[in-house]
Amino acid sequence: MSRVLVGVKRVIDYAVKIRVKPDHSGVVTDGVKHSMNPFCEIAVEEAVKLKEKKFIKEVVAVSCGPTQVTETIRTALAMGCDRGIHVEVSGKDYEAMGPLQIAKIFAALAKKEEASLVILGKQAIDDDCNQTGQMTAALLDWPQGTFASEVTIDGEKVKVVREIDGGLETIKISMPAVLTADLRLNTPRYATLPNIMKAKKKKIANMKPADLGVDMVSRVEVLRVDEPPTRLAGVKVETVDDLVAKLKANGTI
Amino acid sequence: MSAEQAAALGVSYPPLQTYSEEEGMMRDAVNKFAQERLAPFVSKMDENSLMDPEVIKSLFEQGLMGIEIDPEYGGTGSTFFSSILVIEELAKVDASVAVLCDIQNTLINTLFTKLGTAAQKERYLSRLSTDMVGSFCLSEAESGSDAFSLKTRADKHGDYYVINGSKMWISNAEQAGVFLVMANVDPSAGHRGISCFIVDRDTEGLQIGKKENKLGLRASSTCPLNLDNIKVPEKNVLGQIGHGYKYAIGMLNEGRIGIAAQMLGLAQGCFDQAVPYTRQRVQFGKRIFDFQAMQHQIAHVATQIEAARLLTYNAARLKEAGRPFIKEACMAKYFTSEVATLTTSKCIEWMGGVGFTKDYPVEKYYRDCKIGTIYEGTTNIQLSTMAKFIDKEYDH
Repeated sequence: MSRVLVGVKRVIDYAVKIRVKPDHSGVVTDGVKHSMNPFCEIAVEEAVKLKEKKFIKEVVAVSCGPTQVTETIRTALAMGCDRGIHVEVSGKDYEAMGPLQIAKIFAALAKKEEASLVILGKQAIDDDCNQTGQMTAALLDWPQGTFASEVTIDGEKVKVVREIDGGLETIKISMPAVLTADLRLNTPRYATLPNIMKAKKKKIANMKPADLGVDMVSRVEVLRVDEPPTRLAGVKVETVDDLVAKLKANGTI
Repeated sequence: MSAEQAAALGVSYPPLQTYSEEEGMMRDAVNKFAQERLAPFVSKMDENSLMDPEVIKSLFEQGLMGIEIDPEYGGTGSTFFSSILVIEELAKVDASVAVLCDIQNTLINTLFTKLGTAAQKERYLSRLSTDMVGSFCLSEAESGSDAFSLKTRADKHGDYYVINGSKMWISNAEQAGVFLVMANVDPSAGHRGISCFIVDRDTEGLQIGKKENKLGLRASSTCPLNLDNIKVPEKNVLGQIGHGYKYAIGMLNEGRIGIAAQMLGLAQGCFDQAVPYTRQRVQFGKRIFDFQAMQHQIAHVATQIEAARLLTYNAARLKEAGRPFIKEACMAKYFTSEVATLTTSKCIEWMGGVGFTKDYPVEKYYRDCKIGTIYEGTTNIQLSTMAKFIDKEYDH
């Protein structure tokens, strides 16, 4: 039970007001504040906690993208990860990068690093895909514990309490496995200043998807990005009869 | 772009707002910590005039109290500029918390690091970085700006000193575990008798008086101290006997850059609260931000804050570069405290009636800023100091 891979994604900060590019090809990212995806922070926290409880020996933070993602890896290191891996992807490949490509990269790395667990955030706040964890598990043919709100290691098995529509579901899966972190799994720590200093000395390895035998070709093409339609004002009615009349009048019922 | 990236690209003179990767990460971490974890405590601490022990504990846990202390003593091992950024970020949320952090880092820790014997560093630095707050005791009822006319005496008796006197306006006194007391061993020698003594809180005869009921910075405890026949062993002398005045001056020269950072953060924090309101509030069919008079006032204040920032950062970089910095440090402290006064006053006006109520945060910034022109060297003292430097500059 030695090594955990944690995925961290660099996304537009949650507090930023998103603007669509004038050519509708995407959203404006230049000069916009970016930070670690909040669900990835929760994933890092869980991995570091497992290490503190001595269930695992090493936490490796992984991020895919251009040079800027090393900032995100450094933040993960400052939170307590031991080392980082930066998979360099830039230009058109980066713009077209989606869950399938990431999942292939993580699957390759999980095998290469002989990881016992891959912990990811359940989804990224920019694309809201909620696919990478599931795809990674499928490619590896590993069990998956997604939407985790509680994780307990029990020998060679992991007990995962999952947040599902109907409430909470508890499953027990064997390791190696893929877990994805949901909101209530933990409260991520702040990087303390001494840990930020220590993070400077931790290593970040560089590699390319080709080094892992992964082709980055996307089967998905973004045609157009638009803002959601402006919300129109509602209409207040006094009685249920009025409501039914109005709904009939505008053809809803 | 970080300083490292600028250097790699061959940019030799990056703008002042360029930070090393480490400084940038620290600043972001403290910003997040302050906005999320400290903010909920601020209003209650101000009302009750009491710093919450949870807040102090979290400052230590985050490593904010030993920023420049060597990791060998449990500190962070970072730089003076990092301290400045930390103080600025804390002050955006609460100037009282910022001053606690500033005094610890720029006054107490610096004195111990520069002047401490190996034994003193061993004994105090690890506590200062992990759980103990320090206080600096110079001012007295009869000696504020005229600091070196202090009357507290230290009489030598064999291998210990007996200290008698009283101190006033001592920050952090309620929380401090150690006090650096400036006392005179030989009044006939005037200021050349002033020496620095390390006094532990539990020393017999040390009485911490009732804290002042202040206009602002209320969560920062400011107390009088009574020293009644305090016995301090010789090994608790910090630095050399009779050199205390030099240490005080040297340290206050650096400390004033810290205060500049505090006032800067205060001004920025207040501004950040007020401007969103002006973008939301609609009168006469448009946002009040869109009235030209408002735009001009807001732009003017923003310019003053930017200038204050550049003065502060440059003074800090000059000090780090080992270049003369005293005049610039005075300019930074003087200017930022004036800018804080202007900014907070304007912000209340921009917010109108709600700005005047305690339900909104700006009135606290307005009250807190006033001490900036007073402590760690009044504005008049700063100006006179600057004038002395200017006079010398034309001396050839």
